[in-house]
Amino acid sequence: MFKILEKQVFSPIIKQFVIEAPKVAKSCRAGQFVILRIHEEGERIPLTIADFDREKGTITIVFQEVGKTTTQLGQMEAGDYIRDFVGPLGEPSHIKKFDHPVVVVGGGVGIAPVHPIARELKRAGNHVIGIIGARSGDLLFWEDKMREACTELLVTTDDGSYVRKGFVTDVLKEVIEDKGKENIAQVLAIGPQPMMRAVCNLTKEYGIETVVSLNAIMVDGTGMCGCCRVSVGGTTKFVCVDGPEFNGHEVDWHELSRRSAIFRPEEQKAMEYHNCECGSGCGGAK
Amino acid sequence: MSDVKKPKKEIKPKKNPMPAQDPVARAKNFNEVALGYSKEAVIDEAKRCLQCKKEPCRQGCPVEVDIPAFIRLAAEGDFAGAIAKIKEKNALPAVCGRVCPQENQCEKYCTLGKKHEPVAIGRIERFCADWELATGVKIPEVAPPTGKKVAVIGSGPAGLTCAADLAKLGHKVTVFEALHVAGGVLMYGIPEFRLPKAVVQAEVENLKKLGVDIQVNSVVGKFTTVDALMEEEGFEAVFIGTGAGLPYFMNIPGENACGVYSANEFLTRTNLMKAYMFPNWDTPIKLGRKVAVLGGGNVAMDAARTALRLGAEESWIVYRRSRDELPARKEEVEHAEEEGVKFAFLTSPVEILSNEDGWVTGMKCIKYELGEPDASGRRRPVPIEGSEYLMEVDTVVVAIGQGPNPLVPRTTKGLELTKKGTIVADPETGATSKPGVFAGGDVVTGAATVILAMGAGRTAAKAIHEYLSNK
Ligand SMILES: Cc1cc2nc3c(=O)[nH]c(=O)nc-3n(C[C@H](O)[C@H](O)[C@H](O)COP(=O)(O)OP(=O)(O)OC[C@H]3O[C@@H](n4cnc5c(N)ncnc54)[C@H](O)[C@@H]3O)c2cc1C
Ligand SMILES: Cc1cc2nc3c(=O)[nH]c(=O)nc-3n(C[C@H](O)[C@H](O)[C@H](O)COP(=O)(O)OP(=O)(O)OC[C@H]3O[C@@H](n4cnc5c(N)ncnc54)[C@H](O)[C@@H]3O)c2cc1C
Ligand code: SF4
Ligand code: SF4
Ligand code: FES
Repeated sequence: MFKILEKQVFSPIIKQFVIEAPKVAKSCRAGQFVILRIHEEGERIPLTIADFDREKGTITIVFQEVGKTTTQLGQMEAGDYIRDFVGPLGEPSHIKKFDHPVVVVGGGVGIAPVHPIARELKRAGNHVIGIIGARSGDLLFWEDKMREACTELLVTTDDGSYVRKGFVTDVLKEVIEDKGKENIAQVLAIGPQPMMRAVCNLTKEYGIETVVSLNAIMVDGTGMCGCCRVSVGGTTKFVCVDGPEFNGHEVDWHELSRRSAIFRPEEQKAMEYHNCECGSGCGGAK
Repeated sequence: MSDVKKPKKEIKPKKNPMPAQDPVARAKNFNEVALGYSKEAVIDEAKRCLQCKKEPCRQGCPVEVDIPAFIRLAAEGDFAGAIAKIKEKNALPAVCGRVCPQENQCEKYCTLGKKHEPVAIGRIERFCADWELATGVKIPEVAPPTGKKVAVIGSGPAGLTCAADLAKLGHKVTVFEALHVAGGVLMYGIPEFRLPKAVVQAEVENLKKLGVDIQVNSVVGKFTTVDALMEEEGFEAVFIGTGAGLPYFMNIPGENACGVYSANEFLTRTNLMKAYMFPNWDTPIKLGRKVAVLGGGNVAMDAARTALRLGAEESWIVYRRSRDELPARKEEVEHAEEEGVKFAFLTSPVEILSNEDGWVTGMKCIKYELGEPDASGRRRPVPIEGSEYLMEVDTVVVAIGQGPNPLVPRTTKGLELTKKGTIVADPETGATSKPGVFAGGDVVTGAATVILAMGAGRTAAKAIHEYLSNK
């Protein structure tokens, strides 16, 4: 059992937990993730390690409520226990010193997983340009942490309710135009699939190497089931063990988005079931 | 010399039948199919045994269970004695009695089998084990602590057996398991209707009573490595029993379409995550009306039978060779047939087709014929030119085999591997190329059987004990 030590609510659907998991905290690195299961009947869901404290033995996760499991997770409080919590999983980010500035882009809840990578890139001596964005200002979080993790930080909102109006890709385009494409060594983008795809389309035009962190559906997270497979550069890769980071220009986004939707009707059913208040003991109250 | 012959014992030609759930009913539920012998039936069956002096049956058992001895005790109704006899050699009798391919092992060599049906050795073994689980398992004595720490990686039959034997010898054993429950394939692969998970967990509980510390949610190669366990955590020996959990795909076009599962994913969602209880349990599984399972082994049979239980209208086994070459246990093939699984023999897909939403609509298949025997002695399937045809299906389960997961081998210094990625280990001891590191089970042999994995765990435990004693 894994104790939730702290809970922070960033918005009605975005929450942060600090969880006691010394084994994971001891060995994890930027770019890796965990898989957790709330209770005995629960599903295994992957979440990125957004921060960690090796001394205290804690892991920070930030998640958005999109379906049954994340909604249930969001209802848990500090002091509660998560049944299973396994990690670190996946390959760590490839951190090195580049000759030119690197750009990291975090969209929505993707800001959290970008954070430790930005920090490591800066630690490795890079000039790190951060771009973070959300649909609106109230969904934006960790501006302060990101400001610290990056050399310079640009903020945007889709609706213009905070700082400025525009998508992260709009800002990215301005940065590339401003610095010159040859002066940007790499772009790293994490966020919803459509956003990562848009970033890749843009950087492909400029020929800038782009890394993305894929959120395929997973079960075990150890390479055992093949559920997370994705075509990259024409060959099949398992996101959980070969990734989650890949060359964004080689990812078959079309296939990935179809595979991400496989269980959509079932996910809806689970949600309805979860919300049911019929009082029949059908499980809705669980 | 006496000419008076002993009156010849009347031999019942057939095994006592195994009571089973009705095929129509059971194809819709996940309860165990084979219900187990009654006390009367087991004694009657045990009395069929001729008590052969040469014990041919024993040579057929990979761990050489003293079959005539335990059957004699069972015939006398001394089930406590019988199970004790079995357990001298077999640490997981409730499991093996259910899933051993007996027709290729112990029962294959049974004298009775020459003229009649062999003694139902597995069924008697299962009865004795279930009897013990129901009446309370006697926890064996544990030797005084030796103060030595051993790490066991993986909690399948190989790891569980190795851990139990080492614990009995007084060593402090920690088992590291990647998943959230212990048991390996016994939990995530073999379905509930063939091997109830409660039986496996009872064995795991017994292991804990021996003082073994089982740490689930622990992926070695990720949170730590074999080298770190030995150099930093004070483990003096390590046993690697990580199995063959890496699913193979056909590498044909369309295999990443929606509706194509590896058998591992299909079975893990169903068995480990209990998708058949969705939405009471949270993990979903989805299948269409017509399911094709590619392959012909136990894994394929399990997937095809599971598909029926999940509500498929048709479930097909698509196999490259013919019926005679099916590697699955005979009983499983028969059970599958009774339940309504259909077979397309001498057939293999060359492409999986899908609609504009990416969902499977069918398979382009090619017919095969059998040619000359290959290295394995089985006749080689040869494709028939121009025989392509369309098989309409909406779900495909790929069950063509598994290899070892590379996580541990890749992160362990100095571990010799074969080209297939299996770990090289001495069959007599389980010793690998790395001092203090032993291995056994599917990670060494490639996908094999429960009893072989168990035997390898036992062999390694003996060798590890010697290694620690001489250290
Ligand atoms: C490596 C990785 C890291 C991730 N990191 C984060 C993170 O830091 N914060 C965050 O909010 N989300 C993260 N996700 C996504 C998160 O796992 C899903 O939002 C979550 O599984 C949804 O579960 P649910 O039951 O609430 O919703 P559901 O109703 O089950 O699903 C909603 C959508 O989430 C996706 N999804 C469903 N089940 C899974 C699954 N088992 N594995 C992966 N995706 C699934 C599907 O695309 C689905 O359409 C990550 C995913 C991956 C693969
Ligand atoms: C569907 C199916 C049906 C089968 N039916 C039969 C049958 O009827 N009869 C029969 O005799 N055999 C059958 N088998 C084969 C049999 O189950 C295997 O041969 C046997 O389980 C192998 O045992 P093992 O201990 O080597 O490995 P496994 O049972 O595979 O266990 C390995 C364990 O190690 C864990 N692990 C892997 N990597 C790591 C890591 N890095 N860190 C920590 N833990 C790790 C895994 O999660 C797993 O729990 C079947 C197999 C399958 C898949
Ligand atoms: S362990 Fe398996 S092979 Fe050996 S006697 Fe029992 S059923 Fe037969
Ligand atoms: S070979 Fe058959 S009949 Fe003979 S001892 Fe073994 S089980 Fe009994
Ligand atoms: S999640 Fe099972 S192989 Fe990646």
